Parts: sequence; C-alpha cells; structure tokens
Amino acid sequence: MQQLLNTALGGLTLGMVYAAFALALVLIFRSTRIVNFAQAPMAMVTTFIALTLIDAGYSYWIGFAAALLAGLVLGAVVERVLIRPVEDKPEINAVILTLGLFIVLHALAAVVFGNAYRSFPAPFGIRGFEVGGSTIALTGFGVFTIGAVVVVMALLVALFRFTDVGLRMRAAAYNQEVARLLGVRVGRMLTLGWALAALVGSLAGILIAGGSLVHPGYMDSVVVYGFVAAVLGGLESPIGAVVGGLTLGVSLSFVSGYVGSELVALAALGILMLVLTLRPGGLFSQAAERRV
Amino acid sequence: MPAKLQRLWRDSVLGRHVLVALVGLLVVLLLLETVNDFRAIQLSSMAYLGIAAGGLTILTGLNGQISLGHGALMAIGAYTAALMLPDRDASTPLPLVVLVSVLVTLAVGTAVGAAAARLHGPYLAGATLALAVAVPGIALYFGETLGGEQGLRVSMPDVPVWALDAEYLLTGTEMTRSGWVALMAWTTLAVTYVLLANLSRGRVGRRWRAVRDGEVSAELAGIRLGRSRVSAFMVSAAAAGAAGAMLAFTVRLAAPSGFTLTLSLTLLTAVVLGGLGSLGGALVGAALLTFLPPFVTSVGSDAGLSDLRAAELAPLVYGLVMIAVILLAPAGIAGSFRAWRIRRQARVAVAPAPVAASATGTTGTPDSPTRSTVPTSSKGTPT
Repeated sequence: MQQLLNTALGGLTLGMVYAAFALALVLIFRSTRIVNFAQAPMAMVTTFIALTLIDAGYSYWIGFAAALLAGLVLGAVVERVLIRPVEDKPEINAVILTLGLFIVLHALAAVVFGNAYRSFPAPFGIRGFEVGGSTIALTGFGVFTIGAVVVVMALLVALFRFTDVGLRMRAAAYNQEVARLLGVRVGRMLTLGWALAALVGSLAGILIAGGSLVHPGYMDSVVVYGFVAAVLGGLESPIGAVVGGLTLGVSLSFVSGYVGSELVALAALGILMLVLTLRPGGLFSQAAERRV
Repeated sequence: MPAKLQRLWRDSVLGRHVLVALVGLLVVLLLLETVNDFRAIQLSSMAYLGIAAGGLTILTGLNGQISLGHGALMAIGAYTAALMLPDRDASTPLPLVVLVSVLVTLAVGTAVGAAAARLHGPYLAGATLALAVAVPGIALYFGETLGGEQGLRVSMPDVPVWALDAEYLLTGTEMTRSGWVALMAWTTLAVTYVLLANLSRGRVGRRWRAVRDGEVSAELAGIRLGRSRVSAFMVSAAAAGAAGAMLAFTVRLAAPSGFTLTLSLTLLTAVVLGGLGSLGGALVGAALLTFLPPFVTSVGSDAGLSDLRAAELAPLVYGLVMIAVILLAPAGIAGSFRAWRIRRQARVAVAPAPVAASATGTTGTPDSPTRSTVPTSSKGTPT
C-alpha cells in the first residue's frame, strides 16, 4: 500500500514535468504545425548554462533564472534564423531542420561541457517528508517542482486569456492569413510563441535535472515522454497536454516501480501505439477534423 | 548490337538496374583486391549504412515521412543475427540469418508502422523516436539473453571453400575474412538497391509519390492513404533489418552503445545530404558517414580536444551540413546535380524555364524530371 502511494506520488511529480514539456511541444505545434524535437537538447543546453553558473559560485536561483532567460532567447533565435526561411516550404523541411539542430546542440554540448555525468544541485531537500513515522515519496524539491510548473501554467493561461498579446498570438496560430489582414504581426507572434515554448521546455529541463545527474543526452527520453503526453491530449490542446503528462507520469512511474526502469521508454512507446490505434485524435477528441 | 543494347537500356528498367548493380559490384570487388583489412571493414560499414540509408530515403523522399528510429530497427536486425550466430556454433547458413533478421525487423516495423504511419502528421517521427530511445533499454532489461551493456558477440563462420577457390582462380590472392564480409555486405546492398529502385519506379512507388504530393488527389484516384504509408514504412524497415544483420557480421558485436539516437539521426543526414529519394545520393551520404569521422576526429585531436570530445565533432559536422543543405540546397547533392542537368538541357532545347525552378524549390524530391512540369501541391499547404 505504501509502495503504491509512493509510486503514485513520484509519478505525479514527474508527470508535472512531462506536462510542462508536452505543453512546450503543443505551443509550437499549434502555431507552426511542427513538433520541435530539438526542444530536448535546447533544454539540455540551458540546464548546462545554469550548471556552469552554479559551479562558478552563483546561487541556484541565478542559475535558474539564467536558464529560463537563455531558453527564451534560444527559442526566439531558432525561430528567426532556422524556421522562418522555410516557413512557406513543405513541413518536412522544418522538421529536418529541427533534427539537424538536435544533432548540433547535442554534439556542441558534448564538446563544450564534456560527455560525463555531472550532478545538478537541488535548492530544497530531496529526501521524502516524514508522515506518521514513515517516509513518503514527496520531497521538498518535488513540491517546488509541482509549484513551479503550476505557476508557469497559470501565467501562460493568463497571458493567452486576458492580455492583448495573448489574443494576437492565438489569432496568429488559428489563422495566419486572417490574422495578418486584421493587423497582427504574425511573424513576431510566432517568434514569441517559440520563445515562450523554449522557456517552458527549459523549466522542465532544469526541474528534471534537480538533485540528479545531467549529461548531453539526459533530455532525450523526456522529449519522447513529452511527445506521448502531447499526443495523449491531442497535440493541439494545452489542457490535454497537462492531463496527458500527469497520466503518463503516473503510468510510467508504475512501470518503473513494478517492472523495471529499463522498460519505461518501451512502455511509453506501447502507450503511444495504443492511443494512435484507438483514439488517434487524443483522449479528448470528439469529431474527426482534418486539414486539406 | 550497340543499338540493341541501347534499346534495352532505355526500355528495360529492371535490366538497367541489374546492370548498374553488377557493374557496381565488380568495381567493389576490384577495389577490395587493392585495399587492406582496415579499409575492407570500412567498406563493409559503408555498405550497411548505405542499405539503411537507402531504405530511409525511400520512406522520406518518396513518401514524405520521417523515421527517427532506423538505428533502432538496425539494432533489431543485428540482435537477431547475433542470436542466430552464438559463440562456437556458427553453422546456421548466413542467407538464412539475413532473411530472419529482415523478417523480425519487418514485424517490429509493421507493428509500429500500423499504429503510427497510417496517420498524417508527426506521429511516425515521434513513435520511431520512442523506439530509438526504448530499444537499448530492452537489451539491458533482458540482460541474460541479450547480453546487457556488453552486448552479444557474433561468431562468424569461416570463408567458404568455393569462395576461396574462386578468388584464388580469378586474382591469385587469398580472400580474407573482412574481404568476404565486405563482399557479402555489398552484394546485399546491390540486391536491396535493385529491389528498392524497381519498387520506386513501378506502381507502388508512383502511389507513394502521389500520397506525398497530394493526399486528396491521391485518395480521389483510389489510393488508400494509410495502407500506402504503412507499406512504405515496412519496406524501409526491412532494409534497416538487412543493414543490421550486415552490421552484426562486420562489427561481430551487437551492443546497445552501437545503436544510439545519434546513429538514427545521422542516417537522416546521409539521406538529406544525398537528396531525398535518391538511392545514389544515399550511397554518397553513407560514404560520408563512414569516411568523415576518422578525419574530423583527428583534426579535433590535433586541435587539443580530448578523444571523447573530438569524437563528437563528426556529429557536429553532420548536423551543420544537414541544416546548411536544407537552407541552401534542399534537393541535396544528387538533386542539385539533376536540376543543373535539366537546366542545361532546357537551355539547349529552348524549353520553358520553370522545369528547373520547381525541381530545386520543393523538399528536394528529384525523382523524375517530368514530375516537376506538373504543378504539385506540397504536403500541408492548402490546395
């Protein structure tokens, strides 16, 4: 019983991070119809920037802020320099570009920061709280993780719902031509969208790293889990991504706890294949819709 | 007689492909005579990378889908071959080993493809990425049968007597084991490429292209979109299985570290660089993947990088090349060359110019010059 509870709690914390990462993928997919697989190495690079600062003697929070800021800048630069030139070309060009970026960032990080596993500090305790004499799997850092993701999501909702910029971004994502006719600077909105997505991705990266080990490939599996979570939610829906992330986090935590951590990625693949076979539009899909 | 040969060359697609393959094999055979063991092993690596890249270029170039898991599919082929050639007992005939490897990989590819490839969108890319991340875990979890981190050793049978005799009769030299493996790998490559080239020239290939260029019109023409996409992925997966078996023969080891995500992504580099959809381009890309790393790594070591870091320079170059090709010459090497040739022909014939323009403008799918005279709608853009 206790193991069941602990597995579920650990899964919820991880699920929050997957949800954030899925959200980053969904934000970009909604506006540009690209799944940005390079989100993983982008988050890895920003985490390494934070680690370099922390190792140089700055506080965790300066590293944290630097990572988010670096993510914001990196996202904007990638959109302007790589994605914009192929905007009116077939999607496959942009996808290949993101994959090229994937390899480049991976290799660059290995050359600059080295290939070894390095430990990343956590600002809060990474030992479970004690409840009634027994330790549960909820840690101080876990609480911080959940809190940070919830705050960022709330800010995003506020941005999209209640501000002028958010309305313009939604318009640009929904229908570029009409938005352009109505005076929305679509290009700027796309850049902003990529920047925000990369920021959320960086947040996920630094939260996964906390109290654990980082190396150039440590986010590769997370992008898979983020993608599966996004597909669970239908790839288009931010709320779906969050629900998908939590569901996936708990499911994978059970696989890891009861079967073996080596098979977690395989389980994610199995879940993905199951969803694509049964409900390709995601768990909450209603009517079949397609773009022609 | 030359006129008859010329007609045969023009009319018989199969004859042309087989002829090119035979001449290519002969060249490789002659080349193998002159090189040492190390180069022979490199040539085998080029062959298995070429087989996998060939399968991938058919999928991406002709059908417009992306697989990020061809390295993982190669792993499945390699592990199957390794399981069939355990230590001390190498009596299973190699063609059977290759066949079973292809079939097992095909089965996995069909399972993943049936779920993900039938849908339009990023699903196949995501599912194959998941496969690439998941496969090393399987080898670790079933460590007792699959050898865990150390992997499985492959024991190769000796070079058969008839091959030794034939080699001695023809050239007067002894055939080494590496030479024999390289010959097998290149023969497999030739067979695979002839099959793939014929498929892409025939009805199946036309359907794949139709699905890539316009889903609605393809569907109106009676093509089942999902079935066509899944079949393209299956063919491509089977090629990866053969490549995996050849890798097992060459490296004589199947270990998780040999099938990283980087392998899958660099295969994509080979395909992009050569030009999507061009088998010759895939072979050029495979040559680059084989011969560039030692060169770049030594440059890095000379520049004062540690060995581990210098080894990362090759993927760095691949990634940069991939980005540059898509931004500057989306048709790749083969496609750019073809576009240049078409442009020259057009100038000679004073034909309208747009022929060449659209050949370079799209994704880089230089399959047939005739296609580019028809206005094609690219995937995703409204028709």
